[in-house]
Amino acid sequence: VKVTFWGTRGSQASPGADTVRYGGNTSCVEVRNDAGQLVVLDAGTGIRRLGASIGPDVPRVDVLLTHLHLDHIQGLGFFDCLYRPDFDVHLWGPASTTLHLWSRLSRYLSPPLFPVRLRDLPCTLSLHDVPLGEFEIPGFKVRAALVCHPAPTVGYRLEADGVSITYISDHEPALGAKELFGPPEWTSGFDLAEDTDLLVHDAQYTDAEYTSRVGWGHSTVGHAVAFARAVRARRFVPFHYDPTHDDAMLDRMHDLARASLPAECELIPAREGATIEVVAPPNMVAPTTEREPSSSGA
Amino acid sequence: VPQHEIEVILMRELASYLAMAIFVVDPAGELLYYNEPAELLLGRRFDETGPMSMEEWSKDFEPFDDDGQPVPADDLPLVIAVQERHPAHGTIWIRAADGRTRRLAITAIPLLGLADRRLGAAAVFWEADES
Repeated sequence: VKVTFWGTRGSQASPGADTVRYGGNTSCVEVRNDAGQLVVLDAGTGIRRLGASIGPDVPRVDVLLTHLHLDHIQGLGFFDCLYRPDFDVHLWGPASTTLHLWSRLSRYLSPPLFPVRLRDLPCTLSLHDVPLGEFEIPGFKVRAALVCHPAPTVGYRLEADGVSITYISDHEPALGAKELFGPPEWTSGFDLAEDTDLLVHDAQYTDAEYTSRVGWGHSTVGHAVAFARAVRARRFVPFHYDPTHDDAMLDRMHDLARASLPAECELIPAREGATIEVVAPPNMVAPTTEREPSSSGA
Repeated sequence: VPQHEIEVILMRELASYLAMAIFVVDPAGELLYYNEPAELLLGRRFDETGPMSMEEWSKDFEPFDDDGQPVPADDLPLVIAVQERHPAHGTIWIRAADGRTRRLAITAIPLLGLADRRLGAAAVFWEADES
């Protein structure tokens, strides 16, 4: 399974010379199984370039949205696949307590915020209120569960080709917790991430920043490291970078985080354009390759 | 032990910060948690109690009414909330683990999640006047 990062940033896109190594686009991750079947995690601004890379050999794409905050859906209107009549697009995301996904997404994809309405898109579009629990999409077994973040937000665990990838982009498991982390049954996200081969997890803040942002729904790098340790992740990918953090600062944050991880858990920072290949044990994970996303897809 | 639903985790965290007594059960009525103010009224620390079935906790505190008659489990507000999925209120006496009897006013609410998931129930209770 190959995991490619098209957007690594949280909250707001932050392009510029000082973010060019880790990237400035908001959350969007491509996951492809060995058969070439494709899942997209979140539709931040990074999805525009991903869409342009998908060739005619791929007839269907499933986009799994964690939640509907703008940094996770802002790119949707610029996702090329939605404008292709021959294309089958499935959007999955959490309903609210009163509104289905269609109604919630229509608030963004309609005037005055956007000129094109959901119902006018030429692709074959299917919207699904994401079921909580296990379900299957072509090539992947998926588990979704609500996690600690303001408004309905899910994390995903994808399984394919004998490996698991857990994606919890926006997560504050430390909220109110008396210790990091206590019993697994009282830890948000634990079942999704337990023993996962690759954990992509919110690591937005420094400790100093967090003190004034408690309850905003995000983790410090330290929280994310503690979570990765608690769930025994084999590889940990810090993700959802704060828009105010430049490359140099992220380097420092990752160096500190790396020093806190056990030897059996490797830290691989999310970088826009990088692909991580996850393979089944015993080799577990093949060497990481970094490259610019190309028009040939992943 | 499987991880609890996020709403239940947040309910427990919230209860741990509040100054009123709160008691949380799962969909089967099994005790999941009660907070420190509840410990004072129930006369026992939660860490000493641990998880208890509904059958156990509904008898353990020997609930009785103003006439001294035992209150059946099905009439307890928390049992009503978890079984019938609607709020319930009542005032009962209990014999706490510290040996004292207390008259408690109890308001219980069901915990219902997205997609019509039954998550359990929570009760807030406080010491009521004896009149």
